[in-house]
Formats: sequence, C-alpha cells, structure tokens
Amino acid sequence: MIPFLATFFLTFLAYLFIAASSGEILALWSKCEVFTGIIVALIASALASRVLFQKKDYRLLNPVRWALFLYYLIAVFLPALVTANLDVAYRVITGKINPGIVKISPQLESDAAITLLANSITLTPGTLSVDIDGNNNDLYIHWINVTNLNPSVEDICGTFCAWARRIAE
Amino acid sequence: MTQLMSFFLFTGALIAAFIILPLFRLIVGPTIPDKVIALDTINTYVVAAMILFGAAFEEIIYIDVAIVYALLSYITTLYIAKFIERRAKDK
Amino acid sequence: MIIILTIIIFVFLLIGIFFNGLGSVGLLKFPDVYTRMHATTKCTTFGSIFTSMSVIIFAFYFWKASGDSKFLVMALHTTVALICLLITNPTGAHAIARAAHRSGVMPKPAVIDELEEADLK
Repeated sequence: MIPFLATFFLTFLAYLFIAASSGEILALWSKCEVFTGIIVALIASALASRVLFQKKDYRLLNPVRWALFLYYLIAVFLPALVTANLDVAYRVITGKINPGIVKISPQLESDAAITLLANSITLTPGTLSVDIDGNNNDLYIHWINVTNLNPSVEDICGTFCAWARRIAE
Repeated sequence: MTQLMSFFLFTGALIAAFIILPLFRLIVGPTIPDKVIALDTINTYVVAAMILFGAAFEEIIYIDVAIVYALLSYITTLYIAKFIERRAKDK
Repeated sequence: MIIILTIIIFVFLLIGIFFNGLGSVGLLKFPDVYTRMHATTKCTTFGSIFTSMSVIIFAFYFWKASGDSKFLVMALHTTVALICLLITNPTGAHAIARAAHRSGVMPKPAVIDELEEADLK
C-alpha cells in the first residue's frame, strides 16, 4: 500500500508541475486538469508501484531528508561544481594531465546513497566514476590528476560521502 | 524584450554551430566509446539550443520537445553502452 | 530594472557559451576516452545549466511583469528540461565509461589502473 500511495503522490505532483498555467484553483490549474491528473496518476501508480521501492526501503520518504538534500545541493554541491569546471577549463587549456583509475571503499549500503555519491563524484573536480563492485559497493574512480596511489575516501570526494550517508542511509 | 530575444537567438545559433566540433570526433573517433560520447555531447547541445530557440521565438512546444529529446537520448546512450558491454562479453 | 536583467542574462549566456565550447575543445584535444569524458560531461552540463537559467530568469521576470501565463509555462518546462539534463548526463557518462572499460578500451596514459587488476565481470 505504501509504494502505491507514494508513487501516486509523486506522479500527481509531477503532473501538476508540468500542467500549471492558468485556471481557478490557486490561479494555476483548472478543475479539468486536476481531474485528468488524478486519473493519469492512478493509472501510472497501478502500473509502476512495484518498480519504485523494490527493497522495501522507505527511508527516502522522510521530508527531513529532502530538506537535507536541498541544502546539500546548494551549499555543498554547487561550489564543488564551479571548482570542477574551472579545473577542467585549466586542464583543457594547458593540457597538463596525470590520469589513472583508483579504488575507494565508501562503505555505503543503500542503492540510493551509492547513486547519489557516484553522480556527485562524476560532476566534481577531476574525478569520474567508472565501475562498481556489486558485492561490497567499492567504487572505481578515474582521477585526472593522481597525487596519491592509495587515496582515502576524503582525498577523492571530500565530505560527499558523509552527506550521502546522512541523506540516504 | 526584443533585444533579449535576439540574445537568445544568437546564443542558440552559436551552440548549434558548435555541433560541428563533436561531429569531427564522431566521424574520426578511434574507438566506439569515443563516438558514443561525441553523440552524447551533440545531444546535450541540441537540447540547450532547443530551449534557447524556444525562448527566442516564444514557442513553448520547442521546450516540450527538448524534454522528450533529453530523455530519449539518455535511453539511446544506455542502450548503446549495454550493447558494447554485451558484445565484449560474447567475444 | 530591465537593464540589470539584461546584464544578468548576457553574463549567463556568455558563461554558457564559453563552457559549452570548452567541452568540444576538450573532446578534440584530450588523448583517451576517459579524459575526454571528463571534459564533455562536466563542461556541457555546466554550460547548459547557465543557458537554461537565463531562460528561466527571463520567463519569470516577464510572467511577473505581464501576467501572461505563457511565460510561467515556459519557466516551469525549462526547469523540467534542466532537471532531466542534470540527472541523465552523469548517469549516461557512467554507463559509457563502464562499457568502455569492460570492452577492453584501456586508459592510455595511466599511472595506475586498479580496475584492470580487480577483474570484475
């Protein structure tokens, strides 16, 4: 029941976000649109409720975690994204590279946390996640400027690992 | 307002012109993954240019098409990656 | 007010053009697949964020100024397109990198390659 309701509300919110234009409800939606949205969300959640929570893990439904995620995006991720792009710009212009593939063990368990960490690593300075060991969630990282052949987790991704653990685990 | 729209039109045209650079890598690229990332870059450019053209001509349908194009190009990329992996395993 | 808006949008578009162009230059200049992927994934995502942000700011301003709901729809749909781009770009790059390494394309100038020793299949 919980997966069905969660999928219903998520698809309904997505529908409302896309369909907002003008109308009588809050000056954004017309009644007909909201009604269509409810029907479409019912059909979608009946079809797809098995997909979203396959491991019966409902921790991500907690709104505190969403607030933490927004804070992480703005205060932690955005500065790292800007540094990453200036770093890549410097390397494209000068051509100074020293690449290699290294391994880190972030010790994360849930799928959502490891996805968040891998995508953050790909968009931040000088690192790109290449592969994952499915047994113990070790990540293999392509590092464009290898300074340390046996890096710790903090060398590669700073505080991201702690944040991923706090948000999704 | 017309000035801002000409900004958008000019930027969109410039980003559309950038497509020539990855096209070179798409044709020459020594390995298949090189060609795939060139295709991925072209797709990102097309989405960005489509959004800018949508703003320049005040046509919302362009932006809707850009959303669908972004999702479909992502599925294409995943599918090609899966194909490369499977073919390497079968060899 | 409109002058400040014009300047902000102009600067955002310039940053967007610069980073989008840099992605292509990196794609042509770097020596192997993985370093090329660094350039294209980061730079084109960042450039597209800035060009889309300029469209969002433009549309919100004119929605507030004119009250025409067309501009609100434009801003919301551009936000959706931007979120799609932001999620799909690194995930797609990850898929290609993994497929490339498993199909035997090795990083050419590499000081260390722990993945080759690990032999995951």
